[in-house]
Amino acid sequence: MARGRELLRYGATRLALAPVMLWLISSLVFLLLRVAPGDPVDAVLGSRAPAAAKALLRERLGLDMPLSDQYIDFINRLLHGDLGAALINQEPVRQIIADALPASLELSITALTLAAVSGLAVGFSGIARPEGKLDLAGRFYGIGTYALPPFWVAMLLQLLFAVILGWLPVGGRFPPSLVPPSGSGFLILDSILSGDWVALNGAVRHLALPACTLGLLLSGVFTNALRLNLRRALRSDYVEAARSRGLSESQVVLRHALPNALLPVLTIAGITVASLIGGALLIEVTFSWPGIALRLQESINQRDYPVVQGIVVVIAALVVMVSVFVDLLVATLDPRVRY
Amino acid sequence: MARWGLVIVAIYALVALVTPLLLWAGWLPDPNAGLDNPIYASPSLQHWCGTDRLGRDVCVRTLQGSGVALQVVLLAVALALVIGVPLGMVSGYLGGAVDRCLVLLMDTLYTLPVLLLSVVLAFLLGRGIPNAAAALCVVYVPQYFRVVRNQTAQVKAELFVEAARSLGAGPVWILRKYLLRNVITSVPVLVTLNSADAVLVLGGLGFLGLGLPETVPEWGGDLNLALAAVPTGIWWTALYPGLAMFVLVLGLSFLGEGLEAWVSSGDAPSG
Repeated sequence: MARGRELLRYGATRLALAPVMLWLISSLVFLLLRVAPGDPVDAVLGSRAPAAAKALLRERLGLDMPLSDQYIDFINRLLHGDLGAALINQEPVRQIIADALPASLELSITALTLAAVSGLAVGFSGIARPEGKLDLAGRFYGIGTYALPPFWVAMLLQLLFAVILGWLPVGGRFPPSLVPPSGSGFLILDSILSGDWVALNGAVRHLALPACTLGLLLSGVFTNALRLNLRRALRSDYVEAARSRGLSESQVVLRHALPNALLPVLTIAGITVASLIGGALLIEVTFSWPGIALRLQESINQRDYPVVQGIVVVIAALVVMVSVFVDLLVATLDPRVRY
Repeated sequence: MARWGLVIVAIYALVALVTPLLLWAGWLPDPNAGLDNPIYASPSLQHWCGTDRLGRDVCVRTLQGSGVALQVVLLAVALALVIGVPLGMVSGYLGGAVDRCLVLLMDTLYTLPVLLLSVVLAFLLGRGIPNAAAALCVVYVPQYFRVVRNQTAQVKAELFVEAARSLGAGPVWILRKYLLRNVITSVPVLVTLNSADAVLVLGGLGFLGLGLPETVPEWGGDLNLALAAVPTGIWWTALYPGLAMFVLVLGLSFLGEGLEAWVSSGDAPSG
């Protein structure tokens, strides 16, 4: 009974803190873009642009107003879901993000699933003999996948599978000769729903290489987390007790140690999502995957700073929401978590 | 493992020191001069790792990249250290509202994806070695802050600090004399692991066209140029700079893991 109330209180504070963090992040982005040594107007036009053009842009962006007014305006718009408009073509930033987000989510969810399955399998395979060859291989796998520069792996895999072997397309999200199915924006889901198997084939073939690359890069995190936690669990008293009751080793591992080792892995998975976004940024650029990270890179190159600001705020919001969700999930699943 | 890490890092440091000397002596071609060379020449005796889109020697550029990477990363981590450690100590020692605000701010920074944060900063600060180092350092400040703050808060309650205070020692004296030495032990591991991470982030920035000026041979920037050549099957411009980056990160990670094992067990580093 007391636990239920405690859990509720923890959930409430964690949820109440999320908007505070979101507010802090958006204020930080706002401040950085205005107070940091680089002038946004210089960033857009270049420092040698004529003064009149600079003044005009400054006025259009509202940068001639006092900082406090700008801030109130920014927060007010943000609360109403208005992220401003692109400098290049006046397209609302909200629309840009809504168009690009499904592609990023499709890639991220597939990659995270692949990473979890392969990483946990590698981590688990070494458990039979700790410090044995398989276990050591798992340790190297964890460090090795971390040390790989994402875009480098992506380019090598592109060279091998797309250029030399010719099995998969080099980049993009969909065959240019086909019309993508309409609907949610998740092309695989849409092709299945509309029963368009040619489109499904095209979408899967394009997704395969980026998703596998990102999955490979992230799988090491899961391997490491599972290895460390499983070893800790196997040394604990309850495992000793289970062994002394005469349970078989496989029963001890699968029924007693594994469930306890998987809970911290869940927390790690939540943190991984944040790094996933960093990795996705580079993977999307390498594979010309038309997601939110590719748009961010494009707008950085075009010096389109309302779009940069909008995308950063949205990504940060997503990261905060995922981390709150994972914390709450772990708290509900694990009776030992203290608040 | 730590030994291997040390060997790898030492080799990179050596390359970073020797390459400029060889360039100065004229034994290696200028990494930016390329117009006389054939473009996209495959590896040969003349150009061991081939030439890139502008006919520049990939091998020389990769070698010089190690100096550039180490320089920026060391500067970034040193900056993070100089900001993060005192801030963490003060916050942990003072406690109260200042502490709570700083912790919330640092936790928020820590939540943000590393690359995203430095991309935004590099976008604002423009290109240059100090600029890139500043964009990287912000990412690591929260990590030092967290570790040092938590340790300070712990050590603060120890008896010897209490004794010093009752003898009339001021806060600055206590922080410097008693807390710094107790807190600083956990920093080397973090420095090594952060350096490994920073090499990757710097490469990521370069790959996105941010960070260092175009004339500085940097692995990430070179890989960005190599990307356009991938569909034609040109592999040498992509392979070597990335390999150099991978091995350096591997070396730093090994070193960091070894140090961590050593610090936590108190034994000599193994294997």
